[in-house]
Amino acid sequence: MKTLHVFPETIFSVGPVRITDTIVTTWFIMVVIIAVCYFLTRKLSVKPGICQEILEAIFEAIEKTIKDALPLNPWMVLPVLGTFWIIIGASNMAGLIPGLKTPTADLNTTFAFAVISYSMTHVFGIATQGLKGYLIHYKEPTWILLPFHIIAEVTRTVALAVRLFGNMLSGDMVAVILLGIAGLLVPVPFSLLHIVIGLIQAYIFGVLTLVFIAGGIRTKPEKET
Amino acid sequence: MNTLAIVISVSIITAGIAMAVGGYGPARALGNALEKALDSISRQPEAADKIMRALFVGMALIESIAIYAFVIALIVLFANPLIGYLTK
Repeated sequence: MKTLHVFPETIFSVGPVRITDTIVTTWFIMVVIIAVCYFLTRKLSVKPGICQEILEAIFEAIEKTIKDALPLNPWMVLPVLGTFWIIIGASNMAGLIPGLKTPTADLNTTFAFAVISYSMTHVFGIATQGLKGYLIHYKEPTWILLPFHIIAEVTRTVALAVRLFGNMLSGDMVAVILLGIAGLLVPVPFSLLHIVIGLIQAYIFGVLTLVFIAGGIRTKPEKET
Repeated sequence: MNTLAIVISVSIITAGIAMAVGGYGPARALGNALEKALDSISRQPEAADKIMRALFVGMALIESIAIYAFVIALIVLFANPLIGYLTK
């Protein structure tokens, strides 16, 4: 059971801040993503090579998904959601590399993502319809429902974080437990399933954020019609 | 049997029951959702993209309920606050 880390392990401390293995892995992933994006976009051309083709396909998939859900102004939310999809997808895959810990199997990471998603809902809501117009949707249809609106905001944020955390941690735990009770190759099919689950959960996280943002933006036009 | 042993054994049994009950409901719900989705895809194959997208999001939402049970079971097993309270 030594390899089963439910909690992150502290590698070193900077004052009161503990630098855990999760944070180091996240830095590594960020460096890899930035390096890949930097080096693959050096020689852009109208007739794309294979690397540029792959990046364009990823970008177009992100753009199409956002345009389907948010036809008004997809370019406003695209940087945030694209970053979410890419970093969460890469983080979910990182646990497959030996020696790396899945960063999203740590509740701190997923809560950080969820808080960013929660903040972005309000930021985009206020940016599109102003502070007053945004706050007015809290008293619809009546004032009595105000506490329920606030409870819904909190619970959906917690649910977003716990969903990603639980899925990733369960995948890791299944692999470790099977390795303990059976041989070397038995966890392989479960790891294959874990890849699919990781990609789907990254997609789900972004899509739910997109739905929440769309819900925050669209309150006013619906009211006017 | 001292108090610590009782707390530990009850925690283990509770974690098992939580996973069993928490897995049952979402499993049935996932089955229902998939059945209806396949049903509607076979009726309208041209709407398969939209149905699949809604199915994935809905399935993840349903599945998160099972995940909550799993997280509760993990807290009970690995981060039980009562054991720390007793052994203090």
